Order: sequence, then structure tokens, then C-alpha cells
Amino acid sequence: MESVVFIFSLIDCCALIFLSVYFIITLSDLECDYINARSCCSKLNKWVVPEVIGHAVVTVLMLISLHWFIFLLNLPVATWNIYRYIMVPSGNMGVFDPTEIHNRGQLKSHMKEAMIKLGFHLLCFFMYLYSINQQSTS
Amino acid sequence: MQLPSGYGSHPPNYNAPSGHYSQVPNKAAASHLDNQYRSSYYPTYYSAPAQNVMTPPVGTSVLNTQESQQLYNKTPPHTGGSAEGPIQGAISSASYLHTSAQQSYSAFGNHYSTSVSSSVASQGFPLNSDHYTMPVVSSAVYPNVSYSAAAGSVYGQAFTSQSLPAVGQFKETNTFSSQSTSVPHSLQQHVPMGYNTTLSTVSSAQSVQDNLCRNLTGSVAKVNNQINAGGIDSSQPVHPVSQSVLFTKPGAGTAVSSAVISSVRTPAPSLSSQPRSSPSVTQSPELALQEAIDSSSTTSSASPVLNNYDALEGGGYPEARSVTSSPVPAPSVPQTSKASKPFGYGYPTLQPGYQNAAPPTPVQPSNSGHHPGFQHYPQQYPGVNQLSSSLGGLSLQHSQQPESLRPVNLTQDRNILPVSSVPAPVPNLNSDLRKLNCSPDSFRCTLTNIPQTQALLNKAKLPLGLLLHPFRDLTQLPVITSSTIVRCRSCRTYINPFVSFIDQRRWKCNLCYRVNDVPEEFMYNPLTRSYGEPHKRPEVQNSTVEFIASSDYMLRPPQPAVYLFVLDVSHNAVEAGYLTIVCQSLLENLDKLPGDSRTRIGFITFDSTVQFYNLQEGLSQPQMLIVSDIDDIFLPTPDSLLVNLHESKELIKDLLNALPNMFTNTRETHSALGPALQAAFKLMSPTGGRISVFQTQLPSLGAGLLHSREDPNQRSSTKVVQHLGPATDFYKKLALDCSGQQTAVDLFLLSSQYSDLASLACMSKYSAGCIYYYPSFHRSHNPAQAEKLQKDLKRYLTRKIGFEAVMRIRCTKGLSIHTFHGNFFVRSTDLLSLANVNPDAGFAVQMSIEESLTDTSLVCFQTALLYTSSKGERRIRVHTLCLPVVSSLADVYAGADVQAVVCLLANMAVDRSVSSSLSDARDALVNAVVDSLAAYMSTASNLQQSMLIAPNSLKLFPLYILALLKQKAFRTGMSTRLDDRVYAMCQMKSQPLVHLMKMIHPNLYRIDKLIDESTIHVNDRVVPQPPLQKLSAEKLTREGAFLMDCGSIFYIWIGKNCDNNFIKDVLGYPNYASVPQKMTQLPEVDALSSERTRSFISWLRDSRSLSPVLQVIKDENPAKTDFFQHLIEDRTEAAFSYYEFLLNIQQQICK
Repeated sequence: MESVVFIFSLIDCCALIFLSVYFIITLSDLECDYINARSCCSKLNKWVVPEVIGHAVVTVLMLISLHWFIFLLNLPVATWNIYRYIMVPSGNMGVFDPTEIHNRGQLKSHMKEAMIKLGFHLLCFFMYLYSINQQSTS
Repeated sequence: MQLPSGYGSHPPNYNAPSGHYSQVPNKAAASHLDNQYRSSYYPTYYSAPAQNVMTPPVGTSVLNTQESQQLYNKTPPHTGGSAEGPIQGAISSASYLHTSAQQSYSAFGNHYSTSVSSSVASQGFPLNSDHYTMPVVSSAVYPNVSYSAAAGSVYGQAFTSQSLPAVGQFKETNTFSSQSTSVPHSLQQHVPMGYNTTLSTVSSAQSVQDNLCRNLTGSVAKVNNQINAGGIDSSQPVHPVSQSVLFTKPGAGTAVSSAVISSVRTPAPSLSSQPRSSPSVTQSPELALQEAIDSSSTTSSASPVLNNYDALEGGGYPEARSVTSSPVPAPSVPQTSKASKPFGYGYPTLQPGYQNAAPPTPVQPSNSGHHPGFQHYPQQYPGVNQLSSSLGGLSLQHSQQPESLRPVNLTQDRNILPVSSVPAPVPNLNSDLRKLNCSPDSFRCTLTNIPQTQALLNKAKLPLGLLLHPFRDLTQLPVITSSTIVRCRSCRTYINPFVSFIDQRRWKCNLCYRVNDVPEEFMYNPLTRSYGEPHKRPEVQNSTVEFIASSDYMLRPPQPAVYLFVLDVSHNAVEAGYLTIVCQSLLENLDKLPGDSRTRIGFITFDSTVQFYNLQEGLSQPQMLIVSDIDDIFLPTPDSLLVNLHESKELIKDLLNALPNMFTNTRETHSALGPALQAAFKLMSPTGGRISVFQTQLPSLGAGLLHSREDPNQRSSTKVVQHLGPATDFYKKLALDCSGQQTAVDLFLLSSQYSDLASLACMSKYSAGCIYYYPSFHRSHNPAQAEKLQKDLKRYLTRKIGFEAVMRIRCTKGLSIHTFHGNFFVRSTDLLSLANVNPDAGFAVQMSIEESLTDTSLVCFQTALLYTSSKGERRIRVHTLCLPVVSSLADVYAGADVQAVVCLLANMAVDRSVSSSLSDARDALVNAVVDSLAAYMSTASNLQQSMLIAPNSLKLFPLYILALLKQKAFRTGMSTRLDDRVYAMCQMKSQPLVHLMKMIHPNLYRIDKLIDESTIHVNDRVVPQPPLQKLSAEKLTREGAFLMDCGSIFYIWIGKNCDNNFIKDVLGYPNYASVPQKMTQLPEVDALSSERTRSFISWLRDSRSLSPVLQVIKDENPAKTDFFQHLIEDRTEAAFSYYEFLLNIQQQICK
């Protein structure tokens, strides 16, 4: 049972890693002027909800399977994701707003955030991998 | 950056440009070139750039004649002489004085009374202690001081302003003007007018037809709406007189007359702001006449359709103009005058402030910042030769710094306002560069001395940013037609005056420092028709130029001018009666809409359904097509809704005449704005263009419907102001869609109730449109708003417009732009997408210093605006600004431009209040003052900590911030409607600096003693120059009359005991009691004071694009509160007085 949980988490984590990489690539495309803000934001906004759900599922799974440490590790990131999604002003077109993204260094902060998340997911990835190993050896 | 050695040694008239910059050597004679020049540069009949004293003659006189005519017709001479006599009001009832303000200042009375040498007792206020009268004394003194200083040294040669013009000159003026009137007469016959002669018949049949049409509202009911071409409802508020004035005084005609007049006075009208190049004041009148007629015939023939903007955008190349240039040669024109004529256009560095006034401290002749132009023309000015040569040796370090860094004790020095308008600081550059630099009207930086590192900038606690007005109306502008536009190969910077030529063949980019090759064509200089002098090309001699772009700069063929009007016709709209005004203005200006033969126009109206109008050529009358399926809107006949203006003109006129009455009996209260906008977008998307939306209420049907969010009880809340942001993203998405299809949406909101401007404004904000708001608009109940709409529309419809524009702002390597303010969509990191650009749009950007600028002494900024003119030409307007880099904190403060700083802070505060909260934004504004002053005081070690000291450059900073805090946008505690607040915020984001400053800190003048004031001469008028007054009720004596210039509105406040002669002469009423409550015009009375007042007001009006509404205010007038809330130095229930604010700042600094 334990290993099933971790294998699922591992797959989910892979998906999140891919998503982070996609965010980084798209944002850097915008930075380099390869795409315009409108298409960049509509591309990214599509994936905000899947990301929130994907991460929330792992977090809840860890809580259910009583892996406290991993749950607490995931909790702040999941909370931040949900907070960010809820706090979008009613007039904005999503977390990534084409009219705002070039102002006040938002592009940079989005980029930074995506980088941090990538690092975090990589860390989680290896943690799950290690846990699976533990499970299978024990 | 070093200029090549040969740069400075060119002959004095090196700058004689011709209008013709083609690459092919021109065989034409010099006189031919001269003619072409005149037609190719922006001709004289364009409205004045803001704040330019020497306004181009024509805009002025056009306004004049209209104004005076209207005055004549609307207010008949008042003959009923009631009992005249001075009303000696009770002196003790000075109720409007804020006594609290007095008390707060009274502690400091000693300072002021001692500083005044002769204390003049003010008559009306026994309460006043001596120090209140001091400003009066000083105001009487200052103009004289400044004048003797300015005129005595330099200006006396260029202006005849101090003394009255010679009698002979007057005579000449008269003869010329009479001669010139013959030209407008001949033009009159071309005016296609006449519809206003058939204004009487009411067609009763028409309303029946309308009803029929309304009843037949099917899914797609196609109803012939019979519009009686001749029958126009007589209930329309026709202004026959003003109309006919407008048309019979066409732009070209008046242009002629005033061109003649002005060219008699000074040989080159436009250069009077730069006297250096007008050596021949004594030029013979015959010569001047010849020139004038020469130019007038050019202009009049250039614009036979009487479109002011035709010739404007007509361009500067001979293909378009060769027909029109009149072949009158002026062989005897001396070379100097020819050389001088084109000059002086791009660098109105001599602001009004420099010419007629000086800062309260006496002007030191060595202050070279005030007359930068003179140093380069010692040959032409032997009189000032000595002065300028001595100036040449001085670096500005010595002369400017002590003045702008002079410590000012804010709590003690009460007279910090300059006598006249606040001048823009002049960058501390060497004289060559300063002369070439971009005009501060177009391009301003908050810090004219750029700090070397971000650390230094952080220490200074001042924001770094640019304030741009890139598309403003320019009187003259070099237009360059060239097959290759020379640009840097790596950063794509346009070649500009601040590049350096390494040798004949190579130039070094001043932004990225790449070395580029000079193309072969660029070696030829069409000005001097010489080869091998690339540094003398016009691109390198002017920091503001316009290129005619080749097809490389087009993604598609240039679009035609397309205008779509989307009009609300619900019950609410019909009730307010705006349709009449809009249709009337459109009818009047139909011929003046900028465009060419391809111009297209269309109309959509909407209530709960959307109505389209088929105006296809060949129809006998316009067809109305109603689409009631608003959930899935479609275009009934996509081809015939946007029609060619010229081919379908009669149908359009029919429609405009009928529209105001078509919906008179409507009972439809809903408004389906969203679907109408979607339809408009569909209609416009193939071409792009401009959508003008007129909306009168909250949209209540279909997509984009909104709900009321305002809680009236929260209007005066001091805590939280909610709902400053949009409620839905519908309008934002629509705007972005429009922007993608090169369509801008302009919003006219004429509502009496809350209409959620915060949401609606998005449609204009992100599509580069503009927003107009008329609170509690009603045609008859609120005539002031109606007049404002009329004037705004006139300007809106006739002003220049650029389509499918993009703007890029580049800056020297090391600087980077991180935030943009204004109405546009930022498409990529530094590219602003502007579907439309208009001359009234301002922009701001914030910058940071990414890399240290230690290895450079100069930084440059360049904006390039690529647009399609209404004539279907692709053009690029380039402005380049060059500023020095400094390494010490004191130098940063010395170069601070307080107005630019305040405007940038206002923009930032708007962002902050939307993204965070209003109280945050207010705190940030106060902190900006506290931090910067604290930082300054910590640098100056010898200052006492107990005093509040500011450098002279920032002495107005606290005052302006206080004014900002009392603006509608940011004020708390006073009842402010949400829409009013949001509109004020929108204006802050999109207004150019000059307009915004008037809004933030209006100018107050005392106008009942204008005869005694010093004067300047503008064209043929004598314009008095009253000193600026503090915005405080203590200045309003009951014996006086005051004019407050708020940018878009003039208030004239009349004191109760105002001199009866003034009331009689200027207002045209026998005494104070008989002055009516709603007075919006000054009559034309044949008296000196009346003439002076009117010339002063029209001079103020000329300095801006929009002609402001005038409002006369008596004591018991309801508009009184509007007037008094602008007195920002006074205390209100909810806000500090200026003095209290200073004490508050001081406390926070000491903390």
C-alpha cells in the first residue's frame, strides 16, 4: 500500500516537474520577446489549476497515509498555490495577467517562483524515490 | 561621449534646414526650397504647444475670433443700469476665511512682518496681521525685478514686449490684416454649408415612423427609417451663430491673416522663443509682407478642404507638395533671416517662466541655465557677446548648483511659489548638448542628473523615471524622407544628436556603444548640399525628428482612418440629451475628421438591442438594422455598415440629423453595452481604427453586465475604499482583443449615477484609448458639463490621430525600465502597443539602474513612436534625451525635477491604491517626502536638525504631495463618489505632465488689477502677467477677483466688495448683486481691463490643447465648494493645512 502511495506521488511529482519546466520555458520566451504577453499568459493560466490540484492531491495523500514530515514539507507550497489562485483580483485574467506581467518586475518574480518550485519538486522527486526504495527493501 | 573636433566650429547659419531631405541633390533654387520648407514643416496653423508663450499665431487667433464672436452673440450688451454704487459690505463678516489656518500661522507672524520692508495694510481684513500682506507687496515688486533683469540683458533685443510697439508697426499690422481678410472671404465660398439654414421645420411624420420602427423589433427587423432630409427638429439646441463662425473662419483663412500680422512683428514668428536666431528685427516690412503672403498662399492652397490636420500630416516631401508651393520668389531675403526661420521649433527651452519671470531670488546674469541658446551665436549678438563668451567658459557646476541646492527652510519661508509657472530644470550639460537636447515638454526625467549606481539612487529616495508626451502637437518638426533610416545594428537605436562620429565613416551608438558604419547616402547632406558631413544631417542636428518610414516598417498596407461611434440610446441617455450635442458636433466637424479619401465611418446604437445603420452609397436614406439576439451578436450586413465618409456623406448627415429624435419616446431602460462592443469589435477587426463609445449608465444586459458596487455611506470613509479595480475581466479581454486588431476604444461616460467606471475604463486603458467622464450630465440642467462635452468633442474629433502605433523606449546600457504607466498594452518587455495614439496622451515609465554607470558621463533615452498617419503614411517620431551622470548625492538633489517626481509618484500611487489599498498609497506618498527630505538633511551636515530644510530644487515637493493627497483620487474623509475617484486616477495615469500639474496644483491669479501688471506681447496682443498666488483662502480678499486655472476649467471668483468698475467692465454687469449665478462667458466690453482680462484668459487657453470651460463664482454659488476645495494650503475637516503638513513631516523625520 505504502509503495502504491509513493509511486503515485512520484508520477504526480514528475508531472509537476514538467509543468514547472514548461512555466520557465514559456516565461523566458516572453522575456526574450519570442511570444507576446497575451498568448504567454493564456498558455500559462490554463495550467495553474492543474498545478494546484496536482499538488493538493499529493499533500492530502501524505496526510492520509500519515507521512507527517512529507506532508509538512508540502503544506506551505500547496497553501501558497491555493492562496495565489484565490487572491487573483476579479478584474484580472488569471494568475498571469498580460497587462500586469511586464510591470513592477512581475515577470521576474514569476520566473523566480517557477524556479523555486522546480527545485522543490526535484527534491520531492528524490524523496519519493528514496521512500519507494525503502519500502521495497524493507 | 566626445563630439568630433569639427563639430563646434561650423558657421553660424549651419542649421539652415530645407524641408526637403531627399537623397537626390535638389536642383531647385533656394527660394523654392524655402517655400517647400514652409509647407513641409508643421505649418503655422496648429494649436499652441502647452506653455509656450510665443504661441504660433494661428491657433491663437482662431480661438480668438470664435471666442469673441460667441461672446458677442450670446450676451447682449447690458444696458439696464440699476443703481450703481459701491457696496460696502460688512468688513467683519469675512466668513470664508479659514480662521484656523490663520491661527496656525500666527505663531510665525514675526518672521514675515519683519521681512517686509513696507507693510501695506490689507483693506478688507482687520484680522490680518502684517505678514499676510507681504505677498501682496512682494508680488508687486517681483515682476519688475525680474523684468529688468531679463529684458535688460538679453531679451530686449528680441522682444518689443517691455515697451509698446512702435506706432508704425501698428499701422502695418492693420493694413496687412485688412489685406488678409480678403483671403478668408474667398475661402468662405468653398465651405459646404447650408444645413443650418433649414433648421425650422419639424417633421411630425418622422416620429410616427420612428415609433413604427420601434414596434417592429423582430429578430432581425429591417425597417426603413424614413428620415426626412430637410426636416430637422427645431428642438435641437442649434448654435447658429457659433456654427457659422466656425465655418466661415476656416483654419486656413485665419491662418493667413495671423501669419501676416505676426510676420510683420517679428520676421520669424516661431522663433521668438529663441531670440538668438532673429537678428533682423529691423527687416523691412515689404520683405516681411512678401514672405507672409508667400507662406499664406502656400498654406491656403495646401488645404482646400479646410482640414487643419491635412497639411499637418501632409508630410515633408516634394511629391505631395510641389503643386501647392507658390512660385513667389523672395530673392532679396537676407540669408540670415532665412536661416533663422526654421529654427526655434524644437527647443522651446525658454519657457514662459524664463521670459517673463524669475524665481523670487533675483536672477543672476551668470545663471546660464536661463538662456541656453545664446552662447552659440556670439556673432549675431555682439551686444551679448561678452556675456556669452564669459558664460562659455563657465561650466554649469558653478552657476546652477548653488541655486538648486540652496537650502530652503520650509517652515519659515512661506513664499516658495515662483512668480510665474515652475520651469523645468535644465540638465547640467555642456552648452552644445544642452542646445540639442529634447524639449522638456515632450520628454522629462525625474532626475536630470542620473545617479551613477542603484545604491546612490536608493540613498536619494527619489524615484527615477521618465515622463513622456511623445505625440504632442508640435508647431514645427523636421520630417525626413530617406530611403535608409540609419540605426544601430545591434540595439536598433535611431541615429541622434548624441552619437559620436569616430571618423567620417563610422559612428558609435550612444546607447549600446557599438560602432556602426555610416551608409553612403548618409554622407550627403541635403541641407548644405555638400558631401562628407554626416554630422550635419538633420537627424544629427535635431533631437526630435520624424521619419517617413519605408515598407520595411509595415506589417500590412497602412490602414485607412476608420471611425465607429457606439451610442447609448436607452431611456436614460435620451433623458440626458447628449445625443443632440454629439450629433451636432459630428456634423460640424465631419469635414475636419483627420483622414484621406479612404476614411470610413459607421454608427451603432444600443439599448436592450443593438441597432446598426446601413449607409451604403446609393440608398435614398439610412437603413436601421436591429439585432435583438444579444447573446450571440452578429453583423447583419458586414459590408455596408462602415462606409466611405466622402461617398456616403449625405446619408451620414441625414442620419446625424435624425438620430437625436429617433429615440425620444423610448421606454427601454436596459443597456446592452457588452454585446454592442462585441459587435463593434467584429466590425472593426478587419481594418482597425477608433471606436468611440458613449455610455450613460451601468451596463445591465448581456455579456459584461455590471452590478452596482458603491455603498454611498462609504463615500467619506477614512478607512478602506473598495472597488477601485475592475469587477470583471470582460472589458479587459475585449480591450486586448481590440488592441490585437489595432482598434482603440475611447469611452465617454455621461452618467448621473454610479456606472462602475473602474470596470468600464479597462476597455480604454488597455486598448490605448482615452476616457472622458461627465458626472451628472444633463444637457439643460447642467450647462457647464454640456459645454465641456461640446468643447471636448470638438478637440477630440479634429485632433491628430495615429493608427496602428507601437512605441519603444530605449535607454543606455545599464538602465532598465521596469514599470509603465499610461493607456496601452505592453506587448513585450519594452514595446508598447498603441492601437491609436493621440496628442493628448502622456506616458510614464519607472527605471532602475541595473549596472553601474561609472564608465560613462552621459546617458541617453530614446522613444520611437511608429504610427500610421491619418493620411496613410507610416511615420516614426523619435525623441532623444541626454542627461549627465553624477556620483554625489548632492548633485542628484540638484538635478531633481520636482514636477516630474510628483507626477511619477502620482502614477505609482494609483497603482498602489488599486493593487493594495488607498491608505497604503497615501502613506507611500507621505513617506516619499519624509524619506527624501531626511536623506537630504543627513547629507548636509551643517544644517540644524530642528528645522525642515529642503534643497531649492525640491522646495515645492511637500506642497505638491499635499496637493496630491487632497486630490479626488487620493483624498479620504471627504465625500467622494467612487466614479469621480476612479476617473481622477485614470487621468493621473494618462495625462501628460503639463496637464497633470495643473490638475494637482492649479494656478491662482488675481485679475482685478491686471492693468497694473507687467505685460508681455504675444503676437499683436498685450498679455498681462499677474503673479501666481498661494492656493489659500488668505489670499482671497473680498476686494479682489481671482482666476483659478485648473487645466480643464477656469474659475473666476468674485469677492463681495469687488470694485464695481471691474464688474462692470469685465463681467458686463452693473454691480456684484446682478452678476448671475451661472455665467460661463466674459462679454466683450470696450475697456482696458476687459481687454486685458480676455487677452490673459485666451493666452492661458492657447497654451493647451483643450479649451477649458469658464465658470464665474460668487459667494453663494453652489460651485463655490469646487473652487474652495482646490485651495489646498488650507485646512479642511479631514486634511492638514500646508503648515500642519510640514510640521507632521518634520516630526516624522525626527523620529
